[in-house]
Amino acid sequence: MTRWLLLGLGGAVLGGIVHLATIIILPRTATQDAYSRLERIVPVNTVTALPAPTPQSEPMPFMDPAFASAVCRYDLSRGPMKLSVPVSLAYTSVSFYTRYDVAYYAINDRAAGRRVIELELMTVDQHNQMPEDEDITAADRLIVESPTLTGLIAIRALAPEPGLMPMARSAIAAARCTLADDAK
Amino acid sequence: MAAIVGLGATYLALTRGNAFGPLTIGSWTAWPKTGTVDADPYAQASIARAGRLPTALGDGVAFTASADDNGRPLDGRCDVVLAGVTPAARFWTLTLYTPDGGLVANSTNRFGFSSQEIVRHADGSFEIVVAPRANPGNWLPTGGIERYVLVLRLYDTAVGVSTKAGREVPMPSVNVRSCP
Repeated sequence: MTRWLLLGLGGAVLGGIVHLATIIILPRTATQDAYSRLERIVPVNTVTALPAPTPQSEPMPFMDPAFASAVCRYDLSRGPMKLSVPVSLAYTSVSFYTRYDVAYYAINDRAAGRRVIELELMTVDQHNQMPEDEDITAADRLIVESPTLTGLIAIRALAPEPGLMPMARSAIAAARCTLADDAK
Repeated sequence: MAAIVGLGATYLALTRGNAFGPLTIGSWTAWPKTGTVDADPYAQASIARAGRLPTALGDGVAFTASADDNGRPLDGRCDVVLAGVTPAARFWTLTLYTPDGGLVANSTNRFGFSSQEIVRHADGSFEIVVAPRANPGNWLPTGGIERYVLVLRLYDTAVGVSTKAGREVPMPSVNVRSCP
């Protein structure tokens, strides 16, 4: 009797460990997560418009059909990146995700306060290596630190009614993400 | 035994799609923390499994309803009425999805409403009928599918991690009007 009890208890404890381990490992091994899905259809370090979701096909589940969206899949191993997104008439937002689909930063048109959302994306190391005087002269530069070397930038513009979708699409079509070194 | 318990618990946790820190108002639940770097391992795992990108908190908050105010799962063959107002936000959208996050085919190609499209009462409140057949007013077609979920996304809103359910965050009621 005691032996069965111990066996059950041991099984439950080990099971708990297995459970926690699988939960933590899962995002690292997933092959159908958003980043992996997009990795197959969008090139690196450039803005690609995503097809609008339809009942038949969609780039990702739970996309908001009222938005025109584009993504920039970035790889900062060759240096920091510059991003510019012209704002549309209604609502424009830029969200940053790590390689493992964790949202770490987002900004919208009102927070940016200009006609164009402009910012620079770099890793923590790249930010630390920046010359200090450069940091001061460019006080109005918006710098975002990416926790991972690769990740996703989701650029989205709202079409408040279906008729305004072409306008939203054309606004994000003008968005650019380029490596800072290539731009020089 | 250990493998069954462990993997079983993982499967259950992920298919229920739960994470820590839910914000529940009526039938609606949001996980504001899931859209931040503080997303817990459960949230991260269920996001990876679903293959979606969570709404970043700086962008907005997504509330999901999969049952009505009496706790009955939403059935696409019934007429369901959403009534009331939403918390303050610059824009909001309401979208109907299959439980897997797909859109539902319908003759009018309407998958949701935005805050600008909706027809309102004089006091600013609105009523949306979610039903398989055409209804006057704001009609959101279900395509007659058995189960669906509604997602109400608030964009550029003050609702967030520190929000407590209360009078400042009113969400529309979800009630079944008729069921065949």
